[in-house]
Amino acid sequence: MKQALASRLRSISIGAVLLLMLGLLAYVALRTGPLAPVPVSVIMIEKRSISPALFGIGTVEAQFTHRIGPVAAGRVQTVLVQPGESVKAGQLLGEMDPVDMEQRIAALEASRKRAEANLLAVQAQMLEANVRTQFAQSQAQRYEQLLAARSISAETAEAKRQELQIAQAALAAVRANQDASRQDLLRAGADIAALTQQRANLRLVSPVNGIVTRRNADRGTTVVAGQAVVEVVEPSRLWIHVRFDQQRAHGLRAPLPAQVMLRSLGNTPVAGQVLRVEPHADAVTEEVLAKVVFAQQPQVPPPIGELAAVTVKLGALATGPVVPNASIHRVDGRLGVWLVDAGDLRFAPVRTGASDLEGNVQILDGLAGGEELVVYSFKALTIGSRIKLVDQIIGKKP
Amino acid sequence: MISLAGRDIAHAWSKFVFTGIGLGLLIGVTLTMAGVYRGMVDDAKALLDNSGADLWVVQQDTQGPYAESSSLPDDNYRAILGMAGVARAANVTYLTMQVSPLGDGQAREVRTMVVGVTPDGAGHPGQPSYLVDGRHLTRGHYEAVADIATGFKVGQRIRIRRNDYTVVGLTRRMVSSGGDPMVFIPIKDAQQAQFLKDNDAIVRQRERTAQNPALNRPGVPGLLDAVIASQSSNTSVNAVLVQIEAGTDPEAVAEPIRRWKRLSVYTRTQMHMILVDKLIATAARQIAMFLVILAVVSAAIVAFIIYTLTLGKIREIAVLKLIGTRNRTIASMIMQQAIALGLIGFVVGKVSATFWAPIFPKYVLLESGDAVRGFVTVVIICVLASILAIRAALNVDPAEAIGG
Repeated sequence: MKQALASRLRSISIGAVLLLMLGLLAYVALRTGPLAPVPVSVIMIEKRSISPALFGIGTVEAQFTHRIGPVAAGRVQTVLVQPGESVKAGQLLGEMDPVDMEQRIAALEASRKRAEANLLAVQAQMLEANVRTQFAQSQAQRYEQLLAARSISAETAEAKRQELQIAQAALAAVRANQDASRQDLLRAGADIAALTQQRANLRLVSPVNGIVTRRNADRGTTVVAGQAVVEVVEPSRLWIHVRFDQQRAHGLRAPLPAQVMLRSLGNTPVAGQVLRVEPHADAVTEEVLAKVVFAQQPQVPPPIGELAAVTVKLGALATGPVVPNASIHRVDGRLGVWLVDAGDLRFAPVRTGASDLEGNVQILDGLAGGEELVVYSFKALTIGSRIKLVDQIIGKKP
Repeated sequence: MISLAGRDIAHAWSKFVFTGIGLGLLIGVTLTMAGVYRGMVDDAKALLDNSGADLWVVQQDTQGPYAESSSLPDDNYRAILGMAGVARAANVTYLTMQVSPLGDGQAREVRTMVVGVTPDGAGHPGQPSYLVDGRHLTRGHYEAVADIATGFKVGQRIRIRRNDYTVVGLTRRMVSSGGDPMVFIPIKDAQQAQFLKDNDAIVRQRERTAQNPALNRPGVPGLLDAVIASQSSNTSVNAVLVQIEAGTDPEAVAEPIRRWKRLSVYTRTQMHMILVDKLIATAARQIAMFLVILAVVSAAIVAFIIYTLTLGKIREIAVLKLIGTRNRTIASMIMQQAIALGLIGFVVGKVSATFWAPIFPKYVLLESGDAVRGFVTVVIICVLASILAIRAALNVDPAEAIGG
């Protein structure tokens, strides 16, 4: 009796072990591998409006960069400012070496004085010639009367007339001389003015109120014409030169509001505005270029050249079915989404419209809204995949 | 008729079951090793599948981008888009590097393959084909979609070279041929990450260029800047992924690109061959060799266990023979026991392999086909081993039962 019970117990335990093993095998075969259902998470498709946005990156640039340098090749004599210094419009920033310019001005000054002296001499000659002419005139008149009274010979009268003519000619010559001397004086003055101007041109002067951003040459450096010695920008006039991927630049226009994220400021956005979209796009990088200005100039201007990320918000679109971009797949060359119809998978081809930066995509065609949509799946789905609905895929096993 | 085998097993069932479990663990190891091999091949296949491409266009005369390095100008894709039969084409770069999450004290580095993709959304070549969390890339910069095996979470920030990226989506089974999880980032960032030198190198290179009198002429003010700008820009990618129009023969699309664009083009079959037969060939053969030895050893151990189990019962068999039991009955008892042992072993092996496979750091793929093959092999080995044991049992002298 006891033995029978023991044998019974043994049979039961063996059976239990066998059953357990078979159960595990069945579990392993059906719940893992290709036969296992794929965990998927689903949502209801909503009809709503989305606000697409554009995202680009750019660098902080000055709207105007004043590169101040000489107009002719020369040597730098002094540079008075350092980068970072504020300068006023008209302030002297530095000077080029004038070489012999002072001497040349002195020489011209001397020649002007000479011209002045020359003019004085000519004016004296003029006086003399005038006196001579007047005397010759009165002599001639007097002899004309004597000739009329027949008290002198015609020859004598003729001689006096000739004297008058000579005196008149001499006066004309002196008058011409005086003109020439005046012109000489004018020229000397103009020459001096010109050289003084050139001398002034060697002074490097700031055209605006701004800060010095660069000092490219120091005393003694020889620079060529047009090479900048000092760069000045207006810190109150900075903008961001932004590049938007052409494919995602649809709708970009001035004056859309923008959010600027400067790399040095981390995640603190600064308000801005699109100033203009450049008429020329970058053909090599396939980007649209735009200028974005700060809504309010920052207290401490960001360094020029700093990287900035810019988000431009476009207006809200009309209401329509919206799906997350994670739910869109390409099956056999067609874009579409996986829908759950009464527990079964169905692939619905769709035509997608605009999308926003949060990954919501507007569906133009193919969905009506209200369908059950597969967003995430544990692996790529195919028609006929067995599915298991879960809230979250992460941490799940098929 | 009573089942001799059953009675015998029931007689010493714990010993039998424990032997079976031991055997099972050994079979489990063998199955796992097969899984490791399959996993390697599957990683290579996953790389092909998740690129979503029908054709790979790479630098001429290279077998890139996975097996060899390949570099081609990034505007080539426009020319390829114009070829007949091409539906979509996209640039892609691959770069294997260590990536670590930010703001996490001593966060561990993860070895990843950073993939630069054109962020055109789902369904475009190069994009991860499905996600398990988050969303696809929408911005052209500083976003990343990571494989879940990296351990990153949505919203986490990671650092790749000099830029920080926000993880916006997670995917699964997107691995390189070496099994490293992928991190997808926008192509322009990836180009920088791949080709941009570190800051110190850039500064030194600038100095070097400035020292060169031919490039830094006093009479040409802008020349140095232009030279430096051209040195630090890069416009290369590793490959162009091409999707062809439905119903087109891949080879018919590939051939004109090879001929007229003078680039190397691989179809999926060719790429699969390059990956499996060339890239992972040695590693896979190594594993396969190990698998063969393990299988042979397992078979030998199964045979020996059954043989010794039978020899342990040699006195009882002699008694059976003495009482006139037929040889067939004895033989079937031994064979049934051997097969039962094999079955227990297989079940234990299969179950244990399934439970420990996910713990492996790299992918272990337990194929049903392998399981079936393993099952058949186990049964055959058990039958063969039992034949040895049966021979020994039948040769026993019944006199041993009383003598000894």
